[in-house]
Amino acid sequence: MEYFLQQLINGLALGSIYGLVAIGYTMVYGIIGMINFAHGDIFMVGAFIALIAFLILVAIGITAIPLALFLVLLIAMLLTALYGWAVERIAYRPLRGSFRLAPLISAIGMSIVLQNYVQLAQGARVKTLQPLITGVHTLFDFGNRLVVQISNIQILIILTTFALMTGFSWLVASTSLGRDMRACEQDLKMAALLGVDTNRTISLTFLLGAALASVAGIMYLLYYGVIDFHIGFVAGVKAFTAAVLGGIGSLPGAMLGGLLIGLIETYWSAYFSVQYKDVAAFSILIIVLIFMPTGILGKPEVEKV
Amino acid sequence: MSEPLLSIKGVSAFYGNIAALKGIDVEVMPGEIVTIIGANGAGKSTLMMTICGDPQAREGNIIFEGRDITHLPTYEIMRMKIAQSPEGRRIFPRMTVFENLQMGAATAEGGDMKADLARVYSLFPILEKRSNQRGGTLSGGEQQMLAIGRALMSRPRLLLLDEPSLGLAPLIVRQIFSAIRDLNQREKLTIFLVEQNAFHALKLAHRGYVMVNGRIAMQGTGSELLERPEVRSAYLEGGR
Ligand SMILES: Nc1ncnc2c1ncn2[C@@H]1O[C@H](COP(=O)(O)OP(=O)(O)OP(=O)(O)O)[C@@H](O)[C@H]1O
Ligand SMILES: [Mg+2]
Repeated sequence: MEYFLQQLINGLALGSIYGLVAIGYTMVYGIIGMINFAHGDIFMVGAFIALIAFLILVAIGITAIPLALFLVLLIAMLLTALYGWAVERIAYRPLRGSFRLAPLISAIGMSIVLQNYVQLAQGARVKTLQPLITGVHTLFDFGNRLVVQISNIQILIILTTFALMTGFSWLVASTSLGRDMRACEQDLKMAALLGVDTNRTISLTFLLGAALASVAGIMYLLYYGVIDFHIGFVAGVKAFTAAVLGGIGSLPGAMLGGLLIGLIETYWSAYFSVQYKDVAAFSILIIVLIFMPTGILGKPEVEKV
Repeated sequence: MSEPLLSIKGVSAFYGNIAALKGIDVEVMPGEIVTIIGANGAGKSTLMMTICGDPQAREGNIIFEGRDITHLPTYEIMRMKIAQSPEGRRIFPRMTVFENLQMGAATAEGGDMKADLARVYSLFPILEKRSNQRGGTLSGGEQQMLAIGRALMSRPRLLLLDEPSLGLAPLIVRQIFSAIRDLNQREKLTIFLVEQNAFHALKLAHRGYVMVNGRIAMQGTGSELLERPEVRSAYLEGGR
């Protein structure tokens, strides 16, 4: 029982990270109908920018953790958003209107470029960050050293994710930018006919998706303390699985899918085999694609248009 | 004579290498209702979309209020207060009626959204009743009213309507045509109308053009065209 609960907390923390990355996949898919394979690498770039920012802040003597964390969040979101924006401008926009596979191939190329770029600039070996946020709380004590604990970093991950997702959902549902994004998603041509600068809206979607992915990168860095140029690939595929599981194109679906993938992976590792945890996630991707291609919250096509 | 609000001069437009418009000349004066009639595939919808820059004209010029808009991107053209209710209505299916109207108001910067909304609701009262319903679940006639209402939300100086009567029952068609006439007479709104329903359109319009295979074949006042035997046999007989 306590083991089960403990894994629940671990799974939620991990799932939050996947969920934040999954939003980027789902938003971009919704708006221009392509899978941005480079998005996982944007997450990786975010983690590296955060690491470098931490080291610089320490070097210039800013060591108060809340302040440092806030500054790192700001810097990483800003710079990573620029990367996301640049990827779209360089690799996808020139191909808009060409055949469907072209931007997909370009995305795979962009993914390789980002990985090699970070590998060259930062080296191939893993980078570590000493634990900054420590401390754990015992939630339940069953005696006999059977306890359920939540660490401060887990609390931080879950709360940050919750806040960001609430904020982002509000943005999409209730602001004029969010309305423009939904309009572009539902009918790009019509949105332009109503005076929406669709290129700008698409750019902003990439920008926001990358900013959210960078937060996931920071959380990953703080949680595991170890990153390398390759983390974007596996995390990216899992977040993509999460987006498909939740229903690609659906914002709540991405969040739900992220949490589910995090939980499934954690429980799989806990009760079956750690070695095969990635296999579990990929198997789910295949099963969902076969039996539930629109995902859990995928759009029901009821509209008569 | 006053300046034309819209003048289309020698415009050709292509889909790939196939010409859909082959040297079109059309003028629309302020306060007019001008209609384009023609068979399926003549290029009527293409002309409406070319005015809006999608596809852009490859030859010729499109002048709106004295400004050459031929090579502007679509969103900038629309921000100059041209609005279109396009072929197929293109309602945003997963947005409510109200949100669809809000989207229409996107270019009405500094305007009074409440007043614009009230104007649309008084023109089409059913939209107010349906304001929280998703666009995709409206009936065809309601969607058409929404498409026109959405176009009006930007307070356009030129309204482009592409087959507003398509697929609608006669009663709804009459309602929509009377709304068009009202907008023109009461608010002096200039309207450029594409219609299959040539009889209705020519009765309503001040002037009309007949389009055949991407070219203008005939033009004249609405009543002139109604009298022409070629028009009668090709577009009217049995078709009313
Ligand atoms: N997106 C497109 N790609 C390629 N060809 C197109 C496209 N849209 C229209 N066409 C072609 O251009 C020609 C003109 O089409 P258009 O839709 O303008 O005709 P229309 O007069 O509006 O016809 P209808 O009365 O049936 O609506 C047609 O031959 C059509 O097949
Ligand atoms: Mg047409």
